[in-house]
Amino acid sequence: MQTNHTQEALIITNPNRNDHPAVQLILILLTFLFFAGFIFLPLGLVFAQAFQKGTALYLEAIRDPIAISAVKLTLLTAAIVVPLNAVFGVTAAWAITKFSFRGKTLLISLLDLPFAVSPVIAGLIFVLLAGSRTSLGSWLGDHGIKIIFSTPGIVIATLFVTFPFIARELIPLMESQGREEEEAAITLGAKGWQTFRIITLPNIRWGLMYGMILCTARSIGEFGAVSVVSGHIRGMTNTIPLHVEILYSEYNYTASFAVASILVFLALATIAVKALVEKRVHNQ
Amino acid sequence: MSIEIKNITKRFPGYTALDDISLSVGTGELIALLGPSGCGKTTLLRIIAGLETADAGSIILEEKDTTNLPAREKNVGFVFQHYALFRRLTVFDNVAFGLNVQPSSVRPSKSEIRDRVEHLLKLVQMDWAIKRYPSQLSGGQRQRVALARALAVNPKVLLLDEPFSALDAKVRQELRRWLRKLHDDIHVTSIFVTHDQEEALELADRIVVINKGKIEQQGSPQEVYDHPANAFVYNFLGNVNVFHGRVHDGKVLVGDHLIEGKHELDLNEAKNGQAFIRPHEIGISRIRSGENDLVGIIRDIRLMGGQIGLEVETSGFDKLIEAEIPRETWQNLQLVKGDEVFITLDRVRVFSGEYDI
Repeated sequence: MQTNHTQEALIITNPNRNDHPAVQLILILLTFLFFAGFIFLPLGLVFAQAFQKGTALYLEAIRDPIAISAVKLTLLTAAIVVPLNAVFGVTAAWAITKFSFRGKTLLISLLDLPFAVSPVIAGLIFVLLAGSRTSLGSWLGDHGIKIIFSTPGIVIATLFVTFPFIARELIPLMESQGREEEEAAITLGAKGWQTFRIITLPNIRWGLMYGMILCTARSIGEFGAVSVVSGHIRGMTNTIPLHVEILYSEYNYTASFAVASILVFLALATIAVKALVEKRVHNQ
Repeated sequence: MSIEIKNITKRFPGYTALDDISLSVGTGELIALLGPSGCGKTTLLRIIAGLETADAGSIILEEKDTTNLPAREKNVGFVFQHYALFRRLTVFDNVAFGLNVQPSSVRPSKSEIRDRVEHLLKLVQMDWAIKRYPSQLSGGQRQRVALARALAVNPKVLLLDEPFSALDAKVRQELRRWLRKLHDDIHVTSIFVTHDQEEALELADRIVVINKGKIEQQGSPQEVYDHPANAFVYNFLGNVNVFHGRVHDGKVLVGDHLIEGKHELDLNEAKNGQAFIRPHEIGISRIRSGENDLVGIIRDIRLMGGQIGLEVETSGFDKLIEAEIPRETWQNLQLVKGDEVFITLDRVRVFSGEYDI
């Protein structure tokens, strides 16, 4: 019944498609099966495991000070990383789309580097750069600044891994909008900042928002890069994903899945915001 | 305000957009920069506005060198080909923008800004759309708003980059006449860029014909049209028939036909050259009117509104000759396809040298 309904809707919205109804049915069924097997089932299992030994144990696990400190660190990291990457992303997209300069193509290719490199390698890069055995690391240590195995390292690694999201979202958008509105603003006497605030920013705000949502989702969930630089100090340098992993490897399944469910809630919240933004964009 | 353009040169990788251009524009003049696309005319306009920098030369606005001034300090009104209205702002805010971004020390008060915007929108006949967004307006309406926006800051000069080329023919003609009238009323020194010779001829006080980064000729529309300096200008200002041949004494020998023009040039040496004649300058009659007349056969007749286009085949030339005659003449002569006619080419113009069209 459900699938019949969907199929009808598809036929109505796609009057020009002349695929065989059976093909449509099979494709839709496959999609649903995939979703069921790879998304709904695992999500359900997370909650099943989390509540397996009762609500009391679940609450205890997520009220554990160590878990709370992991949540705090994760949110702090996202709160630092997302605004910084918004500034970097807008700057990079602005430079790439509004100016012509040497090395532009190279810059665009380099932008994808964090996506292309394995997050573990990304983490290692920073350990090699600022670890206590390197000259930069020991110099920083002498001045009382600790990067690796502490919060700054986690922030920097997350910053690196999530850098491309916002710039990648903005470049095609700003490219399609061209430079004319900015040029018009300049000839009318506007300063650079006024042009950006009154003209450019409103034109890109939804794209920027969308990029920030993706960036948030990734910085909350990042494991590999953060794992290398964090040092896994409980209650201090563990983010939610790292804490989940530690609990799991200690065979503390209930607590592990309970904390994992926090990640799921954060992810669902992000998706909800994303859906809202998409709806607004669509309506415009 | 006068504009003095001195020896402006601009090179882009692979070609020279402007090659040592000098031009002066008097206060209150309306100038057309006319040329084919890629001739450098838009680049020149953008250099005057400060949106592009010249490699050499200077721009002087009212005796003040503004060459190195940033665009926002030039106080130049710029109207873009595709309007470039601020899509997130209303018509009111678009026009008020230039006033709103002024430093608070010189910015007019809110009510002054409102009065000025309303006055300008009345001037461009768009006051009814004050609360609308650009996307709710047609192309012609958007360009009027763009013009009001450019005028809001009392610019020293107004620069218009192909302002009508994105509009359809009817609106284009209407807006063109309206702009001419507006210029007669407000007299702001203006330069507009166009590749449409009709637009330049109808609108401008003076036409500057540009080709390949150089000025070919400048003068009043009548001067440029009636006394083109060279083959390029002649050809660019309207439809032409071209005859290639040897030039001697202002006459061109094409094949075994000698075409003799009335506008004789001082060309005594025999060399390669071309003879040009516009379709409407060709005389068509059923009886021979002079010795120089050619005999031709009408191959095609096209109705072009008030004019009738004829394609005539002659024995001497391999190409068909295109002629235009008024509708009444055509009716009086009762011409049909296949008729034999006599062609008078005595208004032909002769230019020496080969010129590729």
